[in-house]
Amino acid sequence: MHRTKVKVAEDALDANTTIANANRGDFDRDGVAVVNLMSAPGAGKTSLLEASLRDLDGPRVGVLEGDVQGSMDADRLSAMHIPVVQINTDNGFGGECHLDANMVRTALPDMDLGAIDLLVVENVGNLVCPAEFKIGEDVKAMVTSVTEGEDKPLKYPLMFRSCELVVINKIDLLPHLDFDLDKFLDNVDTVNPGVRTMLISARTGEGVEAFRDWLVGVGERAPARA
Amino acid sequence: MHELSLSSAIVDTVLRHAEGRRVNSVEMRIGRLRQVVPDSLTFYFEIVSRDTLAEGAGLQLQLVDGLMRCSSCANEWDPAPPPAEDEEQVMVLPQFRCPKCSEPGAEVLRGEEFEVESIIVDDVPAPAGAKS
Repeated sequence: MHRTKVKVAEDALDANTTIANANRGDFDRDGVAVVNLMSAPGAGKTSLLEASLRDLDGPRVGVLEGDVQGSMDADRLSAMHIPVVQINTDNGFGGECHLDANMVRTALPDMDLGAIDLLVVENVGNLVCPAEFKIGEDVKAMVTSVTEGEDKPLKYPLMFRSCELVVINKIDLLPHLDFDLDKFLDNVDTVNPGVRTMLISARTGEGVEAFRDWLVGVGERAPARA
Repeated sequence: MHELSLSSAIVDTVLRHAEGRRVNSVEMRIGRLRQVVPDSLTFYFEIVSRDTLAEGAGLQLQLVDGLMRCSSCANEWDPAPPPAEDEEQVMVLPQFRCPKCSEPGAEVLRGEEFEVESIIVDDVPAPAGAKS
């Protein structure tokens, strides 16, 4: 049996990137800026969105909610009269631990892109895989929390490096923890030098205004509707 | 678990280029700055390729060292050099800030590859009925 070497020279994630670019085309056509919001499970993505999208003055916001199962997060946000679409990765996608471009694309018909200026995609709680899969976003941001330990940036450099904003949440708990905030910020800077960080408590509201302003700024990056 | 998703993507790419022929081996270039554990990738590739024309194919991984170029002073360096073979595996902090001028904002030249470089396939298509 003779064999042949076939040159491939293709990124193995090209297929996902192609779909991400198609999503990007839809977002550009409708003038929507997109944030891919990631974190470990329980860091506070949904709580942060609840705190910041309430009384947001500026862009009209929609949310794509990614979870393996359930609609709890989507229910919390839709109670605020924000258009929300829930994607469950175990509903036809094999229970994936992250959102990919295809999953986002299948949810787009349920979101009226013409009625929003800013789309926040709340990814599945996971510090590894979401950083690898583009979905057509303008920007990636992540939420960490002071209960996760100072060494997280060193353990998950790809996630921290892929983001232009690192939110540090649950700062109201600092008096009860041995968490070394300066060491944590040093570690963030080691893996993503100069990245913007924010200290926030979604629970008390401290620092949330800065995140609101950041969201408004991202909304202004949206191209004019084609 | 992460390598499971990545292995699926590899198998899809491989089968597309195999065009109905049995795959004997897959050569990949993987940058050291990606968070890929080679043993884990090989393990999941073997599972994901079962019952496909890539079943049993050897996975050859060429690891590519990282190389960054500083946007301020054009210095080039490897932010995460692997330890030498005889060195202990100690935790060394990666160096993403320019070691020469300390500025942030460097470009990654190498080390983030996740590429199927080539595959070796049988010359003739697999018999009808074989799964692709």
